[in-house]
Amino acid sequence: MRRFILRRLLHGVAVIFIATTLSFFLVHLAPGDPFSSSLESLATDPRVLAARRAAYGLDRPLAEQYVRFLTRLVTGDLGPSILAAGPAEDALAAAIPNTLVLMGTALALGLIAGVALGAWQAMRVGSRADRAVDTASLVVASLPEFWLGLLLLLLLAGKFRLFPTGGATDYMHDLMSPGERIVDRLRHLALPALTLALLSAASIARYQRAALLDVLPQDYVRTARAKGLGERQLVWRHALRNALVPTIVLVGLSLPALLGGAVFVERVFAWPGMGRLAADAYDARDYPIVLGATLVGTALVTIGGIATDVLHAIVDPRVRSR
Amino acid sequence: MRPSRFDAAALHDASVPAQVADGGTIPPARVAWRAFARDRSAVGGVILLLLLAVMAILADHIAPYNPRTLLDPIRLKNVAPSLDFPFGTDQFSRDVLSRVIHGARVSLAVAFLSVIAAATVGTAYGAIAGYIGGWIDSAMMRFVDALLAIPRVLLLIAVATLWGKVDVVGLVVLLGVTGWFGVSRLVRSLVIGASEDEFVTAARALGAGHIRILTLHILPQVASPVLVAATLAIGNVVVIESGLTFLGMGVPQDTPSWGGLFRDGMDAYTAHWWVPLFTGVALVATVLAANLVADGLRQALSPRQLPAR
Repeated sequence: MRRFILRRLLHGVAVIFIATTLSFFLVHLAPGDPFSSSLESLATDPRVLAARRAAYGLDRPLAEQYVRFLTRLVTGDLGPSILAAGPAEDALAAAIPNTLVLMGTALALGLIAGVALGAWQAMRVGSRADRAVDTASLVVASLPEFWLGLLLLLLLAGKFRLFPTGGATDYMHDLMSPGERIVDRLRHLALPALTLALLSAASIARYQRAALLDVLPQDYVRTARAKGLGERQLVWRHALRNALVPTIVLVGLSLPALLGGAVFVERVFAWPGMGRLAADAYDARDYPIVLGATLVGTALVTIGGIATDVLHAIVDPRVRSR
Repeated sequence: MRPSRFDAAALHDASVPAQVADGGTIPPARVAWRAFARDRSAVGGVILLLLLAVMAILADHIAPYNPRTLLDPIRLKNVAPSLDFPFGTDQFSRDVLSRVIHGARVSLAVAFLSVIAAATVGTAYGAIAGYIGGWIDSAMMRFVDALLAIPRVLLLIAVATLWGKVDVVGLVVLLGVTGWFGVSRLVRSLVIGASEDEFVTAARALGAGHIRILTLHILPQVASPVLVAATLAIGNVVVIESGLTFLGMGVPQDTPSWGGLFRDGMDAYTAHWWVPLFTGVALVATVLAANLVADGLRQALSPRQLPAR
């Protein structure tokens, strides 16, 4: 087991290194630089622009820029943010916890609801209720994150004013008592997390149902049924354990999509996470921040992938030898 | 371990002619076609996609108003849906229905073109890696592993940041360049499986060259899974494109597009819910249609999963 984890970690480090290199060059393949595209730049004296480029090292050959980028990165330094004050890594460090809270809450809610729904469907396969839920989950899984977010925002925050329309805290947050602060944070988290959780739950339910239908015809389930176990015990205690394995794998594989969804949802709800930071940085052509967000995202996805692989190896020992 | 929603091994059998009751055989393409035509939701998906495509192509004739015209910025702005304006008007008094119809043009064109580009690149890359094998294959696949670990939306934002003004062609290139990783992995595993087939060995023994074996014997087997993956990708790319446009970095704002409509609807959301609502319905219809077609194709192309009817 220890060797398995070690091997996955080494692989993960290699993946992150290659991905970092590729991101750097892909981003720099784009025509233009931070000082070539804004309206302001059009009217600025070319000598001033050249001086700014030199100040950020953008006039150097790409290979040299890459080496400098890497040597800085090793010490956790992404370079100065172009328009915001201070280094890019500070802005990112403030945003990462918010994104993690959002994604973690959404994933936890989505997993619980999705697994339960899939199991509930598997107990009554082919029934009208099963087919109705199946259609509903297909439709929900096809909804774009930002659209579902916008609708929830319009309806629950805009029309009924049940939730705040955006941000992570109220502007009075600092004046609140500790109890009120927790409630305030939860109220702000509710809609963005619900948006992502609904989408994850829908696709997890579809996989969970299919996985259970694969497991239910197996011999050991038949044996359990022959012992006289009820359908509920059969599905929840016996079949579900094995049917959870593909779901764990699915969760690991869907992390990049979940993070991508979080980017849009953060923008809709003004949630101060990495996605919103990257989108705002785009407007300012602040590429150290955007590149940094991409790298942090890659690292999150890779670490999440390793975690699900290890979890997979724990529940299914056959995986370890592979 | 692959995220694909279909069983690659089962798809190999698509090339095996099916036996029918009277002992004759029907060509596999017709078997697949019959299975597909029997699948009501898949046919519904095809019809929906065709309708959307016709709507996009004939947008100039179907749309009741010019999508860019400000009809009457004082009296006709933010009109709720009515008989005159079934989808209402936006804050500049433009007809939302006409904008949704014209928006289909950009969204569908970008999705189809970039998916075709991505599927082509991915197939070529995966086929080369799988066919050559050895350390070249491992190196090529480590590369793809790394690319797959980068969250696509963040990568697209990063590239767009330095790109300046991304136009529609640039968007197709961006989505194509970031869309082929998964396909190449899929094709590689299929090519490895197919190179072990007896008839490939036979062709090799008869002296067929690598290019002939690859294009004539192996790639045809890869075609149907790639088709399924590409259909799924269309739904996916439509969402990413409108998401990027919604964030302000996709289709230019002066071009009517679904993502642009979301952005307009977001600017003053309490006033007119109809802008994002109807645009979203069009977007979801596209994604759903693509998913239904992909599901139907997957089942039709793998005879083992045919219902025993």
